Amino acid sequence: MTSVAVAARGARRNPLRVTLAFVRRHVLTVYSLLFFAYLLLPIAVVAVFSFNHPTGRFNFVWKGFTWSNWSHWNAIPGIQSAVVLSLEIALIASVLATGLGTLMALALVRYGFRGRGTTNFIVFLPLSTPEIVLGASLLTLFLNISHVIPIGFWTILIAHVMFCVSFAVVTVKARLVGFDRHLEEAAMDLGANEWVTFKKVTLPLIAPAILAALLLCFAISVDDFVVTYFVAGSRVTFPIFVWGAARVATPPQINVIGIAFFVIAATAMLGNVFLQNRRAKQA
Amino acid sequence: MGFFHRHRGATPYLLLSPGMLWLAIFFLVPLGFLIYQSLQSGSIDFGYHFNWAWSNYWDAIKGYRGEFERSFEYAGLATAIALLVSYPVAYWIAFRGGRWKNLLLLFIVAPFFVTYLIRTLAWETILSDHGVVVRLLTDIHLVSPGGRVLATGTAVVAGITYNFLPFMALPLYVSLEQIDQTLIEAAEDLYASKWRAFLRVTFPLSLPGVVAGTLLTFIPAAGDFINAQLLGSPTSHMIGNVINSKFNELIDYPAAAAMSFILMAIILAMVLGYARAVGTEKLTG
Repeated sequence: MTSVAVAARGARRNPLRVTLAFVRRHVLTVYSLLFFAYLLLPIAVVAVFSFNHPTGRFNFVWKGFTWSNWSHWNAIPGIQSAVVLSLEIALIASVLATGLGTLMALALVRYGFRGRGTTNFIVFLPLSTPEIVLGASLLTLFLNISHVIPIGFWTILIAHVMFCVSFAVVTVKARLVGFDRHLEEAAMDLGANEWVTFKKVTLPLIAPAILAALLLCFAISVDDFVVTYFVAGSRVTFPIFVWGAARVATPPQINVIGIAFFVIAATAMLGNVFLQNRRAKQA
Repeated sequence: MGFFHRHRGATPYLLLSPGMLWLAIFFLVPLGFLIYQSLQSGSIDFGYHFNWAWSNYWDAIKGYRGEFERSFEYAGLATAIALLVSYPVAYWIAFRGGRWKNLLLLFIVAPFFVTYLIRTLAWETILSDHGVVVRLLTDIHLVSPGGRVLATGTAVVAGITYNFLPFMALPLYVSLEQIDQTLIEAAEDLYASKWRAFLRVTFPLSLPGVVAGTLLTFIPAAGDFINAQLLGSPTSHMIGNVINSKFNELIDYPAAAAMSFILMAIILAMVLGYARAVGTEKLTG
């Protein structure tokens, strides 16, 4: 078709009709794009308002642009120690929970043993219990043993490991199910003992699942509010800081830290997606 | 590893014991303490003592029936809306995503990278009385002039729906992704219309995802109090708000423990009923 013909056809067509025809043919695509816009809208709002220069105590109305919230991210008393505490807890809890969860996943997928069904059920239970019940029941325990474990750092850590373990088990298990056991048998046939086989064959193969569990646990822990609020006593994690702030004042620094976390997590995930795509292409 | 070789039967128990011990001490035992606490009476000033105070349960049901009902109503609504809204998108990614699938999934979980409370505060900004959304809804007469969206039940349901949407969309995607395309082609070869092929083949095959998604959305939604606190008003408070304030502000532990236990029992009963209807292996994997 020549360019003249294309122009003539375009001119005859009503642009509104063309758009409507396109939308009809791609309803699902258009809908999905709108859905993504809806999902990302609040994130965009948080990002934009991190540059706001509010005049009152609340950061709900746009007053003007400033960089100062970002350069003075820790200018609000207590915000820095809250962020540090959240990161500390998340780091230790995710490592502990992933370790415990990986061992459990290995047992559940590899071995037939008595009590397997019950074990699966007990792992599943915390996932199907509302957080408020987890928090409330832990608090009733900790109140009764506060002379042994004072309510604070350690009780937060214990709680976080508890609700992360199930997520770690589920994540690692999903990967182990599709695992080719012939590879291990081959290693043993070639004279490797069980420990060497585990170290040289099993571990490298399930390493991506362990990493995924680690990241998932870290993300869940850093973001947790409800359970933490019950067992934190006077300690303040970042989500607790935000909760306290929401009642009296919402400084834009909250948005700054929220978006900083978002950018770090999104970058890590994007990198992972690109790595996977490249590996898929090479394979 | 010689030890493991000699005691092969013990290996799974050795692998399980640290994690199971943790779950037993910090999940199962606390539930026992919760029940124990829920049957106590007294006050924070004079101390609590255990005396089979079943009245805590009757008082909770009688006094807070509205909040209980609202919790399940809001959670049910949010779950239904989340299912309807995210199914087409999960379908689109699974069947039309091509090599962009992983990237598109990233968009689905993106909200989780922003702290829950900050996300909810963002909705407070978006739905605020002088915001764009309220002005738009007023212009098309969905909101009466001077009316508000914030501090209503609608805002609470909208917030819950948004906050738990990825829990619905991800399992839906996983189950849709696993469907063998040739089955759908076979249905169409046998003269099923596209819509009929979807209803008779695709949708039934995606049911495990629907089950997982509805549970993962409904359970946290029923116990939520953050959305009702930040986006609602006292008339749209859920049972989570009552439990939270009784535990953390009023220090009325027995009443709060009784309510927590009732909430958990109702949810567990619903999950088990659901599990029986669809088969447990799908739930616990």
